[in-house]
Amino acid sequence: MPDLPYLTVDGVSKHFGAGDHAVAALDTVSFSLERGKFLSILGPSGCGKTTLFNIIAGLIPPDQGTVTLNGHSLVMNPGLTGYMLQRDLLLPWRTIADNITLPRTLKGVKPSAALQDASDDIRACGLEGMLRRKPDELSGGQRQRAALVRTFQTGKELLLMDEPFGALDPITRLHLQQLLMRLCLTKGLTVLFVTHDVDEALLLSDEVLVMGSSPGRIVARYTLPQEKPRSLPTLALPALTAMKADILTLLDEEDVDDEK
Amino acid sequence: MKSKTFVQVWRWGLLITLIVLWEAGSRTGFIDPFFFSSPTQIFRTAVVKWQSGQLPGDIAYTASSTLLGFILGTITGSVLGLMFWFSRPIAMVAEPWLIVLNALPKLALAPVLVILTGIGFTSKVILAFLMTVVVAAMSAYGGVQTVDPALQTLLVSLGATRFQTFCRLVVPSAMPSIITGLRVNIALAMAGSIVGEFIASDRGLGRMIVYAGTIFDLPLVWVGVTVLSIVSVVMYAGVVLLERILLRAT
Repeated sequence: MPDLPYLTVDGVSKHFGAGDHAVAALDTVSFSLERGKFLSILGPSGCGKTTLFNIIAGLIPPDQGTVTLNGHSLVMNPGLTGYMLQRDLLLPWRTIADNITLPRTLKGVKPSAALQDASDDIRACGLEGMLRRKPDELSGGQRQRAALVRTFQTGKELLLMDEPFGALDPITRLHLQQLLMRLCLTKGLTVLFVTHDVDEALLLSDEVLVMGSSPGRIVARYTLPQEKPRSLPTLALPALTAMKADILTLLDEEDVDDEK
Repeated sequence: MKSKTFVQVWRWGLLITLIVLWEAGSRTGFIDPFFFSSPTQIFRTAVVKWQSGQLPGDIAYTASSTLLGFILGTITGSVLGLMFWFSRPIAMVAEPWLIVLNALPKLALAPVLVILTGIGFTSKVILAFLMTVVVAAMSAYGGVQTVDPALQTLLVSLGATRFQTFCRLVVPSAMPSIITGLRVNIALAMAGSIVGEFIASDRGLGRMIVYAGTIFDLPLVWVGVTVLSIVSVVMYAGVVLLERILLRAT
């Protein structure tokens, strides 16, 4: 028997501006996600992916619709999800240890205890020797790994990841994708993942949503047939190559529609 | 390492050359010793004033009014500027006022302040305070405006309260601007104290210079100018040290 929906986004709409200058960012977006699943969202630039994430993270309110996590409303209720952005957003004046433990210390946990709690994730991400360094002493990949550990320290089961590896070189990105996949499976996390990279979505996800723009809406949903963890060669399997072709065609059509 | 030594040698070399040329020019009559005195004459006068106890007392008086005004002005201004983060409307109302107050020649208020608060220590501290408070507020507000909105979003998403965001993000983000303002402010605080002493005072290096000028004791004027320069350099060095401590702490 399948799990009940863990995350439910129901009829979410959002406009920016007013009157003649109003821009529809999202139009009645609805979907649900089971606990422990990895859902990637693909779509052209400006299709409202980040707006949708900000609504789910409780940072901005929707004009209409509801967002619930395990039955509790997330609307304007920040701090209930882990949020990771494309930029690592490490505080430059703090050490990596201080940055990693920030979500816990904000809750009043002592830094030493928070660091002890994070030790498994620190080890898994290979950051043991870098804890006393400042962010500007680390490479882009190391910084993003630190941001990943910090996101895990929120202790939230739902993670929102907005193109977290978008700014990295292909090799570092692949390492981090494998790391994320492994840690998510181990921890049983539920992840919403925004990406522009179809291969990345197919490698990591249980399901893929394709969004269209002007206004932002869901145009297709795919469930991936292959078991996880996957590797790059898996992407060459006929089922996934067909899915990739389908998604690319859809994205291409959306881009063309957007330009009209 | 080599270039560091080179810079040090040239810095001190230029100072020594200037002193030697000054002394030589004064002795040979190339420059008028009545107006410009000479380094040895200035040194002799300084030693006499130091031994009489007048010079240490004047240094302590000017330095303490400068430091007190600087500390009060910097803390008040910085707190004010940082507080603008909590309310954008209040910040927008206050911004033109700050600009006007910054442009206002505060030293022109010195006679009024002396009449209001007397010729004592308080008027000097208030002038030093007025000289520094607006600059500190503008520096801190400038720093507040540099806070990265994405970092602010991150902290909100982590469930940070406004006060936590202020302490953990806004204050450290604004610190470089506040620190830059410190270097400007220490010189402004000293200018405030000295002008206060020029207007009316019974003690201090400013009063000593004015008094020496009125009795044509120009070597003593030069003692005052030289000692003020040394006190300024020492205070500037103190501020640089404070900067390092603050930067390390954040």
